[in-house]
Amino acid sequence: MGRISIASVTKQFETGDSLVVALDDVSLAVQDREIVTLVGASGCGKSTLLNLIAGFETPTAGQVLVDGQSIKGPGPDRGVVFQQTALFPWLSVEDNIAFGLSLRANHGKADRGQVVERMLQRTGLAAFRDRHPAELSGGMRQRAAIASVLAINPSTLLMDEPFGALDSLTRSIMQDFLLEIWEEQRKTVVLVTHDIDEAIYLADKTVVMTAHPGRICEVIDVNLPRPRRYEMRSEAPFIALRDRVTQIVRTQAIKGSALSAVN
Amino acid sequence: MLKETTSAGAQLSAVVKPRYLWQRASVALQYAIFPVAVLLLWQICSEIGFVRRNVFPPPSTVLSVWYDLVTGATDAAARYSGTWLDHAWASSWRVFAGFGWGVALGIFVGLLIGLSRAMERVFDPTIQVLRNIPVTAWVPLSLVFFGIGNAPAVFLIGLGAFFPTAINSTHGVRQINITLYKAARMMGANEWELLSRVILPAALPSILTGVRLAMGIAWVLVVVAEILAVRSGLGYLLNDAYLFYRNDVVIAAMLSIGLLGFLSDRLVILVRDILLTWNKRETFGGEN
Repeated sequence: MGRISIASVTKQFETGDSLVVALDDVSLAVQDREIVTLVGASGCGKSTLLNLIAGFETPTAGQVLVDGQSIKGPGPDRGVVFQQTALFPWLSVEDNIAFGLSLRANHGKADRGQVVERMLQRTGLAAFRDRHPAELSGGMRQRAAIASVLAINPSTLLMDEPFGALDSLTRSIMQDFLLEIWEEQRKTVVLVTHDIDEAIYLADKTVVMTAHPGRICEVIDVNLPRPRRYEMRSEAPFIALRDRVTQIVRTQAIKGSALSAVN
Repeated sequence: MLKETTSAGAQLSAVVKPRYLWQRASVALQYAIFPVAVLLLWQICSEIGFVRRNVFPPPSTVLSVWYDLVTGATDAAARYSGTWLDHAWASSWRVFAGFGWGVALGIFVGLLIGLSRAMERVFDPTIQVLRNIPVTAWVPLSLVFFGIGNAPAVFLIGLGAFFPTAINSTHGVRQINITLYKAARMMGANEWELLSRVILPAALPSILTGVRLAMGIAWVLVVVAEILAVRSGLGYLLNDAYLFYRNDVVIAAMLSIGLLGFLSDRLVILVRDILLTWNKRETFGGEN
């Protein structure tokens, strides 16, 4: 459950009179229980790709299949974690986590009280269950948001720069938190980031994308052992991978800016 | 590490809340100083003959007339003695009836426009033009349509309450964080759940801002309507006393309207605070 196949997908947006090609003939396969990260300069269509898998957008051409089925809009099988934490400010942490399971579509899926309790324990938010999102720190808020998505037990987690708004210390703690969750639950994860370290540290596969039009430039296998440890970041294999990805992203970014200078 | 994030707000309000007796006295003084000064100045002006007592009666006269208006005990208000409760009730009733239908329709139409571009094209241009007509300009037509009585008053008040509520409700929907909407859809929320559990609560602060404006306008319009269209209510009392050259009653009626308007506003704020306890946490206004 959670196999994603993207076949020759093109996505165009109309902005006023002009047509923007956000994605141009993109193909990508994400295996079940795999962590795939998408990196690239802004405008490379990595968030668009995520939105297509989530079902918020439909492709102009091509197909997006999840477990062999074409996508009909967003659904609880693909949990999305947004950069801007999607917590309801009028609900307590506990009620936010319970929100998904309280919807009609998810009735009877699981014992709500039990799931919420487990999520509160797992995310270390049990003592903050009655707090409202505004009363939490950025890291706690994002943990609550992840808990509220995990509560509906999606087979795939789609994450759009989930830690982008956090300070670097909190970010690295959250990365380890995500990996722990993944070790336990083994969901398919597609994560968009502009942080190359993050992209490699988390991934089985890092996809580097280029902008104007958005294309996949290279797919890099990250053969670092799991479970990942923070110290790996300063070891040779990680550094080699990071240099390689940085090289590609930089070359593409420079090419892109040269191109826009000509235009 | 986890606790420190929430203590800042608590500390701030601890600083603001008066702790010592002299601090409380100073706060009370801040509240009292201006109204007391105004009343005193007004009384003095009258005592030294700076203004004529029958033209601009001093607060002491107004107070005693007001007392008789309410109780009918001293006959200081003469023909108006003991009529206050009837007039206050008549005005309040009209305000809440007009306010009720205006706000209900305003929220409904406002949400409709906010939720649907098609509905916006259908209704919004008309509303934008009509809202620029002062509600007082509707007085002649409403008298022609509804005749003398409660109906034109309730119509005018409702009309006045409708516009701010509708416009703020639309705004409330438009400023909803799209991420919340997407998150709810992703989790499987149906249309009804999106409306009742995401859109309505998210738009509520803005809707209630409109409702509060509507309440203010309602008290303005009830006076206009009662001067022109009915023979009861505080607006009628005010106008009638003016015709009989009872400026003390006029001022007592004015202050009564101010007081009831103030209390109605407090009522709206009370309802808002009950519904929006969560919203206070995020705003500067919630800290003290």
